[in-house]
Amino acid sequence: MKTVDLNEVTGRVADLCGKANCLLGEDVIAALEKARRAEQSPTGRKILDQILENARLARDKNAPLCQDTGFAVFFVELGTEVRLQGEGTLEEAINRGVARGYKENFLRKSIVRDPLNRVNTGDNTPAVVHLTQVPGDRLSLTFAPKGGGSENMSRLAMLKPADGLEGVKRFVIETVQIAGANPCPPIIVGLGIGATFEKCAWLAKKALLRPLGSRHPVAFYADLEEELLDLVNRTGVGPQGLGGTTTALGVLIETHPCHIASLPVALNMQCHSARHLTAVF
Amino acid sequence: MSQIISLTPPLSDKTVLELRAGDQVNISGVIYTARDAAHKRLVELIGKGEPLPFEVRGAIIYYVGPTPARPGEVIGSAGPTTSYRMDPYAPKLLALGLKGMIGKGNRGKEVLEALQREKAVYFTAVGGAGALISEWITSSEVIAYEDLGAEAIRRIEVKDFQVVVANDAHGGDLFKEGIERYRSL
Repeated sequence: MKTVDLNEVTGRVADLCGKANCLLGEDVIAALEKARRAEQSPTGRKILDQILENARLARDKNAPLCQDTGFAVFFVELGTEVRLQGEGTLEEAINRGVARGYKENFLRKSIVRDPLNRVNTGDNTPAVVHLTQVPGDRLSLTFAPKGGGSENMSRLAMLKPADGLEGVKRFVIETVQIAGANPCPPIIVGLGIGATFEKCAWLAKKALLRPLGSRHPVAFYADLEEELLDLVNRTGVGPQGLGGTTTALGVLIETHPCHIASLPVALNMQCHSARHLTAVF
Repeated sequence: MSQIISLTPPLSDKTVLELRAGDQVNISGVIYTARDAAHKRLVELIGKGEPLPFEVRGAIIYYVGPTPARPGEVIGSAGPTTSYRMDPYAPKLLALGLKGMIGKGNRGKEVLEALQREKAVYFTAVGGAGALISEWITSSEVIAYEDLGAEAIRRIEVKDFQVVVANDAHGGDLFKEGIERYRSL
């Protein structure tokens, strides 16, 4: 049995908020550099240069990559042999960390208390916490701040089973075309296929945590990811939607069993500022 | 790729009419920041016939909600936010003489029509380049709606703020033209 103090969780969360918002992952930088070499549009190449320069500046100056420092989303894996010690729940400890991390690191507070009355909570809480229990004595917290611009362009469809693979492909292309310039392309496509209405959206978001350039463990889906990436890049949307051959840096799929009557598919749109960082206890 | 055009607001009709979708522009001088909540209040003022907190005629509004400035810095990260959310408000400001908007993403039909009618232009900056764009901002002062925090209206001075003309006053649309050029589906 491992004991984890919730005060320590709060401290590590505050630290994650600061770091993740200023540091673009090596996988994203490598994908952007590859895209820069291949991009056919001169305007597109200039934009990709600015995005790469922005990542260097953010890292060197410890400045947020984007002014939208996001909704604080956490994927938590709690080991069966972990005992939490301290005041309140794990979620409360995380929220205390978010409040501290966003204040101490001068990050933008982008959350309103009520969706219709819209008064800012002032500390970027509450976070969205997805908790999964796993075997072992490990607690891992992955922080993935999510910007509003790309989140707004996400979509979910309850397809008919008869729509099949072609239906999924059409849904992806259509969603990318509707989104156009809005989600800050080059994008990363997080695609959930299967499960129920709400879990399908969760799958799409979880898919975005897999490193760019990694292959899906199932050959069929690995091939589908490649095919979809090619199709998405042939939409011509390009960097910032001004036209070009780089619309997406990757397509990442997560699947789950589903009902005999259903084929849910969800696309969680991720901008190029694809930030996430994990702390392990 | 044409040469880079330098502009300083206030912009005249003549200057605006010379701009074409795809032109690369460096903006220097004073511009104003406003996004969702500030636009709502500006349009409420217009509805009541009250004066706005800054001179709109000839002005450029930048759609941005920056991160808080750290000690010793002018402003935090300050990249453009998605523009279509300001579409319900923009035509009313354009009717008062607003000449330019800087944001990211596509605009709706009403805004595109207003650009032609009122002789104005929509610029796009690189979304997600907040750390880079903050380097082009040399001063920042909140002039209205401080209670809105990141959404307050700021008077900012910029030096060579790199933007591209996305939609011009003649109906030119870089998003449409650019995507058509590179589409191979």
